[in-house]
Amino acid sequence: MNVPRYWRSERTRYGLVGEICRSCGKPIFPPRDVCPHCTDEGQDVHPFGGKGQVYSFSTVYDAPAGYTEYQPYTVALIKLDEGPLVTAQLTDVDNEAVHIGMPVEMVTRKIKEEGENGLIIYGYKFRPVLESKSSRPDRF
Amino acid sequence: MKPLREVGIIGYGAYIPRYRLPAAEVARVWTEGHAGLPVEEKSVPGLDEDTATIAIEAARNALARGGIAAQSIRAVWVGSESHPYAVKPTSTIVAEAIGATPQVSAADWEFACKAGTEALQAAIALVGSGMTDFAMAIGADTAQGRPGDALEYTTAAGGAAYIIGPREHSLAYLEGSYSYVTDTPDFFRRPYQHYPEHGGRFTGQPAYFKHITHAVEALLQELGYTPGDFAAAVFHQPNTKFPQRVAQMLGFSKEQIRVGLLAPKIGNTYAASSLLGLTAVLDEAKPGDRILLASFGSGAGSDAFSFVVTDLIQERQRLAPTTQAYIARRKPVDYALYVRYRRKLQMH
Ligand SMILES: [Zn+2]
Repeated sequence: MNVPRYWRSERTRYGLVGEICRSCGKPIFPPRDVCPHCTDEGQDVHPFGGKGQVYSFSTVYDAPAGYTEYQPYTVALIKLDEGPLVTAQLTDVDNEAVHIGMPVEMVTRKIKEEGENGLIIYGYKFRPVLESKSSRPDRF
Repeated sequence: MKPLREVGIIGYGAYIPRYRLPAAEVARVWTEGHAGLPVEEKSVPGLDEDTATIAIEAARNALARGGIAAQSIRAVWVGSESHPYAVKPTSTIVAEAIGATPQVSAADWEFACKAGTEALQAAIALVGSGMTDFAMAIGADTAQGRPGDALEYTTAAGGAAYIIGPREHSLAYLEGSYSYVTDTPDFFRRPYQHYPEHGGRFTGQPAYFKHITHAVEALLQELGYTPGDFAAAVFHQPNTKFPQRVAQMLGFSKEQIRVGLLAPKIGNTYAASSLLGLTAVLDEAKPGDRILLASFGSGAGSDAFSFVVTDLIQERQRLAPTTQAYIARRKPVDYALYVRYRRKLQMH
């Protein structure tokens, strides 16, 4: 039962909430005690925009325990528009259509379930960017 | 009914999953194709989707259109008949994910397919009483039908979120609402049961048609309007025919219900059904349009609302994906994949 561990990382997982370093001003994800760019310690909470591109990827056909239900799925390294690289599962995509440079956006999805009686773990995944404009020009 | 303080819709957001099950697939498996099809196809949630994730995306879209800080929302209410937990509110997960916690009221609402509009009535009252400036009401579901049952053709998944706030900030203001409820056992599900029971033909006349017509006629009488005063009308959509027939009974034209009639393409999204019809109408609405919304929930009851679109609509429509953009994002699945996605496979 890992309830406290999941609970502590909820904000980071649900909404891609990272940090901005107070010393060098660089964005940091996931949140850390020490800035990976300048090694200073002070950081402010910063929600990321959620847009990025596929930097590299690999499709998983033989998933680890707890994730077999979702296989096959693609795990990707995403370069966020703000800079940091994030590892995440892709969703709502055909695995064979994934390519380097593919524009993606963050969504919150089920990551796994701790069995029938356990906690449902939610977190960020990425999917191909959805067009925000309707293709229907007509109005009523 | 009218609140003391005038209120309206500040932001709205839709979400529809990517997968579709053609009704012809259900007919192929269960009737060798010999069945009338109540819809063309229905939306099917992916393996990593549930009512919470659907509500979260709809809520983020509503926030994007509303242009207000998540921290200013003081209530997040989610209506559904498919909450992921029996005990543990979906609304807490949604409120956390959109950044509205902890200074917020959160609760889950239940009333079959009108759980979402019941939450909307409450949000109108909370803001309308002056207790808070912004409240969010969501209808979201991942409905299940028993394999081979008539419901399996239509039970779908989707969500719609609305931020209610003061009229002066609204993209559509509320003119009035009305609720009509009786104890009618047309459709129900007991605890620990996976699939619901329904009364077949009993779900029509004494349930759907009676409650919607009473609610809408009473609202029109209170406001002094006739169907001709409305640019568009949206009714709950358990299939394609029911909303068409109830519109005709009440005197609304095919053109008035055209934009909001989504059931043929996505099925019955339960608590999201009429609320998604309204997001589709708002996506294409222009200032001055008067819109009627009437839900139906088994058990049974109907909530009816009249909104008038304001000048603020045009700048907010494009701030989030449209309902039609989600409908166009479409990946058909066959019955076998559907059975896997909806966890109908027993692994022994
Ligand atoms: Zn730094």
